[in-house]
Amino acid sequence: MKNSVSTWMHKRPKLRLTALLAAPTLWLVVAYLGALGALLITAFFTIDNFTGNIIAKFNLGNFHDILTDPAYRNVVLRTLGIAVSVTIICAVLAVPMAFFMAKIAKQKSQKILVALVLTPLWASYLVKIYAWRTMLEPNTGVMDWILGPIGIHSPGFGGPAIIIGLSYLWLPYMILPIYAGLERLPNSLLDASGDLGARNFYTFRRVVLPLIFPSLVAGSMFTFSLSLGDYITAQIIGGKLQMLGNVVYQNFSINLPFAATIATIPVAIMAIYLWLIRRTGALASL
Amino acid sequence: MTISKRARYALMALMGVGLAFIYVPLSVVVINSFNSSRTFSWPPSSFTTEWWSKAISNTGVRKALSWSLAAGFSATLIALLLGTSLAFAVSRYNFFGKDIISLLVVLPISLPGVVTGIALSNAFNQEIGLSTGLLTIVIGHATFCIVVVYNNALARLRRMGTSLQEASMDLGANGITTFRLITLPNLASALLAGGLLAFGLSFDEIVVTTFTAGPGIETLPIWIYNNLFRPNQAPIVNVVAATLVVVSVIPIYLSQRLSQDSTSGGRF
Amino acid sequence: MRNKRLFSQIAVASAVAIILAGCSSGSQNASKSSLPKVEALKSLGTGEGQVNIVAWAGYVENGSNDPKVNWVSDFEKSTGCKVNVKIGSTSDDMVALMKTGEYDVVSASGDASLRLIYGGDVAPVNTSLVPNYADIFSDLKNQPWNSVNGVAYGIPHGRGANLLAYRTDIVKPAPTSWGAVFDANSPYKGKITAYDSPIYIADAALYLMKTQPSLGIKYPYALDQKQFDAAVALLKVQKPLIGEYWSDYLKHVASLKSGGTVLGTTWQVNINLAQSESVKVAGIKPVEGSTGWSDTWMISSKAKHPNCGYMWMDHIVSPKANAAVAEWFGEAPSNSKACALTSDKNFCTTYHAADQAYWKDVYYWNTATETCLDGRTDVKCVPYSEWVKAWSSLRNA
Repeated sequence: MKNSVSTWMHKRPKLRLTALLAAPTLWLVVAYLGALGALLITAFFTIDNFTGNIIAKFNLGNFHDILTDPAYRNVVLRTLGIAVSVTIICAVLAVPMAFFMAKIAKQKSQKILVALVLTPLWASYLVKIYAWRTMLEPNTGVMDWILGPIGIHSPGFGGPAIIIGLSYLWLPYMILPIYAGLERLPNSLLDASGDLGARNFYTFRRVVLPLIFPSLVAGSMFTFSLSLGDYITAQIIGGKLQMLGNVVYQNFSINLPFAATIATIPVAIMAIYLWLIRRTGALASL
Repeated sequence: MTISKRARYALMALMGVGLAFIYVPLSVVVINSFNSSRTFSWPPSSFTTEWWSKAISNTGVRKALSWSLAAGFSATLIALLLGTSLAFAVSRYNFFGKDIISLLVVLPISLPGVVTGIALSNAFNQEIGLSTGLLTIVIGHATFCIVVVYNNALARLRRMGTSLQEASMDLGANGITTFRLITLPNLASALLAGGLLAFGLSFDEIVVTTFTAGPGIETLPIWIYNNLFRPNQAPIVNVVAATLVVVSVIPIYLSQRLSQDSTSGGRF
Repeated sequence: MRNKRLFSQIAVASAVAIILAGCSSGSQNASKSSLPKVEALKSLGTGEGQVNIVAWAGYVENGSNDPKVNWVSDFEKSTGCKVNVKIGSTSDDMVALMKTGEYDVVSASGDASLRLIYGGDVAPVNTSLVPNYADIFSDLKNQPWNSVNGVAYGIPHGRGANLLAYRTDIVKPAPTSWGAVFDANSPYKGKITAYDSPIYIADAALYLMKTQPSLGIKYPYALDQKQFDAAVALLKVQKPLIGEYWSDYLKHVASLKSGGTVLGTTWQVNINLAQSESVKVAGIKPVEGSTGWSDTWMISSKAKHPNCGYMWMDHIVSPKANAAVAEWFGEAPSNSKACALTSDKNFCTTYHAADQAYWKDVYYWNTATETCLDGRTDVKCVPYSEWVKAWSSLRNA
């Protein structure tokens, strides 16, 4: 019986394909895309000023409000600036670390280093951000306590603090894909470049960097998109700054249509981002 | 390899700086779990084990942990099933919508959590009237966990090619036997690596969970969030975090053992 | 070529998503514009075995956080109603949760209660089924945020005033007016804090109500467009003075302790906590009076466990439970008999629980609606959803 079903299936590739695809497609399209679509449609609705109930009547009022109020342009630019800075900082920190882990450290210490980089992922997000509060507290924080004597002071709470905090949170997500990419890179390639007379940096720039570029982009997906949607870090160490996520969160329950309108902004940004990087092969390196 | 001594030392120094960046705040968490100040003021004026003993007698955190484990395991299981079958479909067949499916699977992790969160919450509550509870958390988590399993499985399937499978079938094994004896063992370490990452993502997820958790359900991150905003409870949170860091050695050790037997390893 | 194919796939996928979304969105509730007719429970039956509660953190403690802090287990034992709690982190969360219809009872602050009433999400309360209602302070009963036209929609739980905190060792002379946080030339620029919520607009309105009578503000939660704009303009002046806005007590107290914040809005519980950490800080109610909050236990209009819900509402305002929760959370209890049962005998004095004169000029949080809450009918007032938008705009300007 089992045998015959299996043979029967084997002879019908279309059927097998359907069986394989049905559940995941249904899940992603119905549970995810459907929910997302419903939300984006809500962006064109409005609410009853008295009861707060949603009125399902098409209008562009929310978009008009967002486009005419410079505050929303500010928050979009600020959030983008933060997300880009976080991505750059993570990349700058991650590339040498991943290179050291993959190509210089001995086999045994390699394992330990990977573990050391992974460990903070298991300490809770919130706890880590609160630790950064203790770190960055002006005058009485850990940073001023350690680095104050050599003249480096905490930037206080605000934009720089958000960038530091988010870089800290997402750094492992950048290191690991790059490390995996470098590990796949045969040592012989670097040797060949060296044998041909290339200097360290030249080898790195012309040989290593192009090859790990997809991994770098894959890591940036995490650092960029996670930063783009964050609102908790800004609440805790952002001083008086807000990010896009805060605005969405603030409006979510009182005025869902308006929150949905704001939410279209990061969706659009990520859509453009995905479109730009789809050729790099990064999506498969996540 | 031909890397100059100077470059080696420079890289080693950078590694050290990076590790310091990672570990100084983590040590602050551990030290603060003994800090007698309730608001984590620095430097600690005195130390106490009060928070540790309070945390041990705290039943809420244990319950939260069990919710987190339940959500994590269920979401991982769903992600494994869906991610693997999708990876099979994409690696072995050509069909209309293949490109879009591979974009679609990335979408949940690439769109901000707050967007996914309010979209799901809106869908559950207003559109289909599904009661929020553990189920809705699992749906939310599984949605963004599929991609990590999918990518790990897809990479492995592409490297494996189909020759082994064909050989097995030529030798008379049927599809199920081939899958059990050939495909699955070859795929196992990739699936475990993907599953572990999926579990990790689910375990520390807070944004989507905030919007999808039902009454009476507090996952560990939600518990932590609620307790940070409750007078007198905040220091216990540091104890929990410090414990998590120590306990995390187990899954990390497991993942390393598992990736040893594969040539390029699981991704993480 | 490849792009073209991808485009057509995206087109198909988007079409599917829109159709799916469209089907479901069609079923949205039609809006209601007057007070929905919801009947109160007539008589109390037997418990349904459980009750689902939305509450502020610290309101429903079952000993899992601290074995000594427990006013749920007794209730569960005596009534057979198992308590499932969901913590709401903001008033907006709570409204959203109550709209799901899955919860029976909510501890609503004034910036949520009217929304719930007019949204038809909560039912009037038959106070004769809540014996402990008799002992509640009279100035909390039948107030604009917990009743409509003399019909009670909830049981008052406790209250607090939004005080002005200042570091006594740094801020000299001691402030007496909210003017201290709105003074563009303040010497404490960058070290002032404000509560991070749209409801804070009412604090600015209160200050204007007392200092600029020409604006004609009578009630900080009933602002026509001109008055509203003036309040927002004042907050714009204040913004450069702010170091950070706060909404969680931990951040706020830590900041008072480190000196990052020396002046600004606070709650009594934060002052107590900071003082216990030996911070030199005081909290006053300035001459203008202050805003404040008074939470109300309300029952859902769609409650699946109404009997257990009523039993809970009676239990939580019983003298013993009310005293325990007030002390744990740090607020003035609502039950006049609770003061005798607090473990700290000075508790009710510190929190002015029985001092009705103290609360005279405290304007409890209320939800602004288009119909002016101060009774004016010749103008439209700015509804709360616009407050939220204005706050988002102000915070990011």
